[in-house]
Amino acid sequence: MKTMLKTTAAAIALTVGASAAAAEEKLVLYHWFEYMPQEVLDKFTTETGIKVTMDTYDSNEAMLASLKAGGMGTYDLAVPGDYMVSIMAGEGLLDTIADGELANKGNIAPEWANPSFDPGRASSIPYQWGSTSFAVNRDTYDGDIQTTDILFNPPSELSGKINMLDSQGEVIAMASLHLGIPQCSTDREQLKALNALLQRAKQHWASFNSDTAKEVLVSGDAAVGQIYDGFAAKAREEGANVEYAYPTQGYIAWMDNVVLLKDAPNRGNALKFMDFLLQPENIALVTNYAQYNAGVTGVSSFLDPALAAQPEKNPHANAGEGVFIEVCDEQTQAVYDQIWTNLKK
Amino acid sequence: MAAGAASGGSATTDTYKEARNWLLLPSWAVLGIFVLAPVCMMLVYSFLTKEFRGGVIWEPSLAAYDQFFFDRGLFGDEPAKIEWTYITIFWRSIWQAGAATLLSLVIGFPTAYFIATRPERVRPFWVFLITIPYWVNLLIRTVSMKFLLRDQGPLNDFLIGTGLIDSPIHIVNTNFAVQLGLFYSYLPFMVLPIYAAVERYNFSLSEAAADLYAPKWVTLRRIVLPAIKPGVIAGCILVFVPSMGSFLAPDLLGGAKNFMIGSLIEEQFKGNAGNWPFGAAASMILLTMVLIILLIFARQQSKAENAGS
Repeated sequence: MKTMLKTTAAAIALTVGASAAAAEEKLVLYHWFEYMPQEVLDKFTTETGIKVTMDTYDSNEAMLASLKAGGMGTYDLAVPGDYMVSIMAGEGLLDTIADGELANKGNIAPEWANPSFDPGRASSIPYQWGSTSFAVNRDTYDGDIQTTDILFNPPSELSGKINMLDSQGEVIAMASLHLGIPQCSTDREQLKALNALLQRAKQHWASFNSDTAKEVLVSGDAAVGQIYDGFAAKAREEGANVEYAYPTQGYIAWMDNVVLLKDAPNRGNALKFMDFLLQPENIALVTNYAQYNAGVTGVSSFLDPALAAQPEKNPHANAGEGVFIEVCDEQTQAVYDQIWTNLKK
Repeated sequence: MAAGAASGGSATTDTYKEARNWLLLPSWAVLGIFVLAPVCMMLVYSFLTKEFRGGVIWEPSLAAYDQFFFDRGLFGDEPAKIEWTYITIFWRSIWQAGAATLLSLVIGFPTAYFIATRPERVRPFWVFLITIPYWVNLLIRTVSMKFLLRDQGPLNDFLIGTGLIDSPIHIVNTNFAVQLGLFYSYLPFMVLPIYAAVERYNFSLSEAAADLYAPKWVTLRRIVLPAIKPGVIAGCILVFVPSMGSFLAPDLLGGAKNFMIGSLIEEQFKGNAGNWPFGAAASMILLTMVLIILLIFARQQSKAENAGS
């Protein structure tokens, strides 16, 4: 009899537990790796009672592939980079946020309120922005590093010690800056020169790796690494004597954005989370962790004061222009895909 | 499963057959759902038109196979030549997988032989020891391997500390590192089948050979090896086939500088190219090659068996 009581009690407990779980408010986030501090998610759950589940990816393209291969309808929010927002909008993967649905939309910094990749912020809000360039180990090389020659025509001390991001967009955009040619060129001579440049430069490169872009600099496996500014700052803080370069030829600027996905299973909760991230004190937690920049007004008083003074955040007077990665049309892209395959064959 | 039904006792042949068919159903279902269906899907996809940035358009096309075999220059308008890019990538993968298989055989064979010749009650313990590292996720093992081998890693520190070398040996980001990684990933697949074969081997045959004055080397070559050959072949296939399609070791240990088949295919689905039909076509070509290799093994095997009987 006792056993039976226990079993019944357990069964009831299970049923109650199950129905509680079903009623629980959820949010499913598809996000970059190492980009969202747990404390932010915990704070959101405490404030709203909404439980957040997060899956991660390591490139914009991997995220797009997984969404197109059946991930739609699973996730509420994703965090694509600038050019990927336009691609996803073009593919019809984004939902539109109606006027008034986001209470804090006015907090978006004016310069980011109407970006070319999402006019009027129809489907996205700013997450973080920053730059992609490269960092050089100053113990290995103490010459001038403010030039893309460091990556594509390096001095002998650095040859064979260079890690590139394993990302077609970032490698080719940087090479285009080095040559001073447009990103979606259709000029055959320019494209041939780009192909030849990458073939030559590859001899100086040790590896292609995005996930461990920071680790290879900290461990000393690489003396030069193509890297995002926040990752370079972290590498420096972890003890690597590295300096982040703003080459005179220019560098890559980027902005990651939280987008509302079409068929989001928890659309209302997703909007709540977007509003949450538009509050300066919340997005500041992300910025303090990721060490990039927020696109929200009023954030500065919540930021770690050391952040603003970081060399990675302050381009020098002779730095070139920061350019966004461009989206090429299908025919042009086919040539760039071929150049990338040639590079890695 | 069928054996279980047979030992069930007095069943007539018909009911036995029926039971066998029913009991085989789960295996067929698993094969159908997890092997046949995905392969058919890939086969169909490889003959479809690519959709820009991933996906397929349901129009039949040979473009994927054309891209694999013919080179039309950077801009796609030159006269077609043979495309060496992908042949090079396939050859590299075969070569790397072959080297890894050889390495596994050289290390795995003595290991398996050692285990199989221990007293019976301690053998499971040795097998257990072999499997312990494989409780850890493959990704973590491969990353750890990189930590061990890198220029400032423990291996180089140790060698420099003992005075054997002056400057670190560069292993990470070389082909050798990839081979080591593959070898380490798949070693148990070599050891276990060979162990099973050696364990079944009747050692009185070796004693008989010794009694007839056969030197140890001859005994190994003429008596032991032919007897355990199926285990060796099974081990080689089990290491070679997954090594060919692997992309973790080439990416992490080889520095991802050169595509292997696995990374080439991954790039078509996950990378910038987003060319699903081409990825599917490359998978089908890989599958065909593996099947041919397996058929050659199988034919040799049956030839050897016919010759033996």
